[in-house]
Amino acid sequence: MIVNKVSLLVGGEAGAGISRSGLLFAKSCLRGGLCVFGANDYQSLIRGGHNFYTVRACEEEIYSQADKTDLLIALNKETVFFHKDELISGAGIIYDQEEFSITQEELERNDINLYHVPLRKIAKELEGPQIMENTVALGAANALLDYDTTILNEVLQDTFNQKVAQQNIEAAKRGYDYVKENYGNSFGYKLEKTESAGKKRLFLTGNEAIGLGALNAGCKFYAAYPMTPATTILHFLAPLDREYKIVVMQTESEIAAMNMVAGASYAGVRSMTATSGGGFSLMVEALGMVGMTETSPVIVLAQRPGPSTGLPTYTAQGDLRFAIHASQGEFPRAIIAPGDVEECFYNTLDAFNLAEKFQIPAIIISDKYLSESNGTTEIFNQNKIGIDRGQLITDDTYTQEEEYMRHKLTENGISIRAIPGIKGAIVRTNADEHNELGYTTEDPVLTTKMNDKRFKKLEGLTKELENYETVKFYGPENSDITIVSWGSTKGPIREAMKILSNEGKNVNFLQILYLSPFPINKIKNYIKSAKKTVIVENNKTSQLSSLIQEHLLMTVDHKILKYDGRPFNPEELAQRIREVL
Amino acid sequence: MVSLNDLKTPKTNTWCPGCGNFGILMAFKKAFIETGIEREDAVMVSGIGCHGKIVNYVNINGFHGIHGRVLPTAQGIKLANPNLTVIGFAGDSDQYNEGWGHFAHALRTNVNMTLIVHNNMVLGLTTGQATPTSQQGFKSKSTPFGVIPPMLNPIAHALVSNGTFVARGFSGDMFHLKSLIVEAIKHRGFAFIDVFQPCVTFNYLNTYDWFNQRVYKLEDENHDVTDHKKAIEKALEWDDRIPIGIFYKKERPIYSDSLSHVKNEKLTKLPKQNIDITSAMKEMM
Ligand SMILES: Cc1ncc(C[n+]2csc(CCOP(=O)(O)OP(=O)(O)O)c2C)c(N)n1
Ligand code: SF4
Repeated sequence: MIVNKVSLLVGGEAGAGISRSGLLFAKSCLRGGLCVFGANDYQSLIRGGHNFYTVRACEEEIYSQADKTDLLIALNKETVFFHKDELISGAGIIYDQEEFSITQEELERNDINLYHVPLRKIAKELEGPQIMENTVALGAANALLDYDTTILNEVLQDTFNQKVAQQNIEAAKRGYDYVKENYGNSFGYKLEKTESAGKKRLFLTGNEAIGLGALNAGCKFYAAYPMTPATTILHFLAPLDREYKIVVMQTESEIAAMNMVAGASYAGVRSMTATSGGGFSLMVEALGMVGMTETSPVIVLAQRPGPSTGLPTYTAQGDLRFAIHASQGEFPRAIIAPGDVEECFYNTLDAFNLAEKFQIPAIIISDKYLSESNGTTEIFNQNKIGIDRGQLITDDTYTQEEEYMRHKLTENGISIRAIPGIKGAIVRTNADEHNELGYTTEDPVLTTKMNDKRFKKLEGLTKELENYETVKFYGPENSDITIVSWGSTKGPIREAMKILSNEGKNVNFLQILYLSPFPINKIKNYIKSAKKTVIVENNKTSQLSSLIQEHLLMTVDHKILKYDGRPFNPEELAQRIREVL
Repeated sequence: MVSLNDLKTPKTNTWCPGCGNFGILMAFKKAFIETGIEREDAVMVSGIGCHGKIVNYVNINGFHGIHGRVLPTAQGIKLANPNLTVIGFAGDSDQYNEGWGHFAHALRTNVNMTLIVHNNMVLGLTTGQATPTSQQGFKSKSTPFGVIPPMLNPIAHALVSNGTFVARGFSGDMFHLKSLIVEAIKHRGFAFIDVFQPCVTFNYLNTYDWFNQRVYKLEDENHDVTDHKKAIEKALEWDDRIPIGIFYKKERPIYSDSLSHVKNEKLTKLPKQNIDITSAMKEMM
């Protein structure tokens, strides 16, 4: 009997409530004290096709989906055939024989347990909508795993209104009873509450974590145009606008969104926008304007495969160079790449502080895998990172001794910011090159000075970041191989490390969180002492390798790249690391 | 009270002598003084083009933005701080080419601000190509055989896009234009003024004389500014007689009327430390 270690996959057509039921199962595991990871795989269509959600639950910490499935809830036949090779020996399939049949012959293997449950019939008997067969299946899964039903019931209660919840609780019970009567405790897996059951933890997506970070940071203006996988930030913030007193606006385009957040930032309000590569392409001109006007919006760039529209609902890390170089001309910017949901939250807070302190744009770069997968984390410490708006003139602090200059040349390049509306201070900024007062200039001396001024802020930023966790290091110091990576590959890498260390192999991992300015010194120390380095990235050209080459004049030994739109699986990655070890 | 002198800036004006932009500049300054708004409480936002330099010539808060993007930038400023009076200045190519999409949406959205388009029917700063308001057949460097498609009609467009204040001025009639600008700033909602602005360097066709021979004031003909149908009819007048003045005016809820949650909040006074996100985290437990 395998206890508290299970990987469940729910699959079916788009529109069948696949991710919802995955989430419900995941939450019931979370509340039982388990660590959970949930990943959503769906196609760019609304009905039909094949969608699936995987939930992995475990007693120890987990960071990604699994390679193999232990229990499959197949809401259509296609699901079975898509995933049959991922099933572990002894795995189970919950399906509705009255809807479609499965035979061992068809599966071409006889080590799979088939659990027929009349999902549709039970949903019908309860006079519920067809989609309720999901909940019947969840009850059935609970029975197979011999898991406490009260937890799922609580989750249902918290998710739906009372009437619907009651109906779903009944549906889950019927599924549960059917399995217990017909199959007893025949399945080789079991879930049990752990000691930490009842302890409150969060189960959330990267986008939700960024949204929470923005709220906690006091973002008061959010403008965006829908584009997967950034859209759910808009969905997350829109219903919270009243409670958190934030203006949330769906604009006519990304061009509008970017110019609006720049305007809002000039007006003295913390602002944010989010998009993916195509939308970011449209924002690029205004990003340059932000650099020139020294305004400070936060931009979330949630990557997906490109070029062009690429694979709209899949994942990639192909926009790193683009984010670093986007715009005509040169100006400093901060590019921060969180690797898990916890970092999504805290890095967003940092992004707002750095943007305002240095009056630069801050770009949070993530991807579909991080944006839309759910991870488990401790409840965020909302007082950990305070709000630091940098040097700011307010009504009470402005003395009017000398004329206010929005772009005053200073030792560190930072000109004190005044919010328009303060008595005596005229706040003028300009997308054209300008003098200290913000008036247009074409003077060569001033042009040089203003460029230097903007880049002095980069020095300050680089210095400031010395106190930040710009890189993180995992694993034993002296290892045979050092993995170097950024962003969402972190999860699969940490899982692969577990697999390899169980085999007695020594692997460590350097995660780079800040890509601009590039934390050269910190990275150099690690890479210098590494016996062998391997880059892991979800792109074709290994953009991180080129950055290391550019900044450190060092080459990495190996590159493990994947660019089919899917994240690495742990075992898959472990195997590729074994090959270069 | 602001004086003309207060609005002066140290920047040397580089518009061509006789340019229609001067009339707009003077009309705006006078209108601004008349509204009694303090210099710190207003922001002018401009695009890129000859017109865009206007931010250099008026000493109030200013944001000289990028080509075609006056409206979103201005809307961002206004939504972030509704206490500011926001006036956008755009060129005809700026607004009606690059910014046309924003124009249509700003009319719908009805953010409480003013947009003044310097319509010289030519691209000035890029030395005289045709714009969407150049007349069919207009010969320019980019259209040596004459503009092929018919001109856009921004006034009619504004009217069918639910614009709440739609007007046209002429920089050759500074006092009339000033009064339009005052009305526009006072209007609660998105106020749009298209202004004929003769470009003396590149537009050989639509000159001061050309306009002087044609323009007439709607108010002189007792035009009813609440009559939408009539306004559209007037918007379609061209050739021999071209109307200026307010075509249409109507109050409709402004965008932020629906943002009741931030009505009494000075967003710029926020954020405060320790914003409590406990309730937002509940969903995720
Ligand atoms: C995105 C972009 N495209 C093109 C230009 C070049 N450009 C500068 S001014 C201008 C247009 C000027 O025409 P208009 O808006 O009619 O203003 P005017 O100069 O006539 O006042 C253009 C196209 C630019 N600055 N940015
Ligand atoms: S080119 Fe035309 S619009 Fe530009 S300043 Fe000269 S006259 Fe005015």
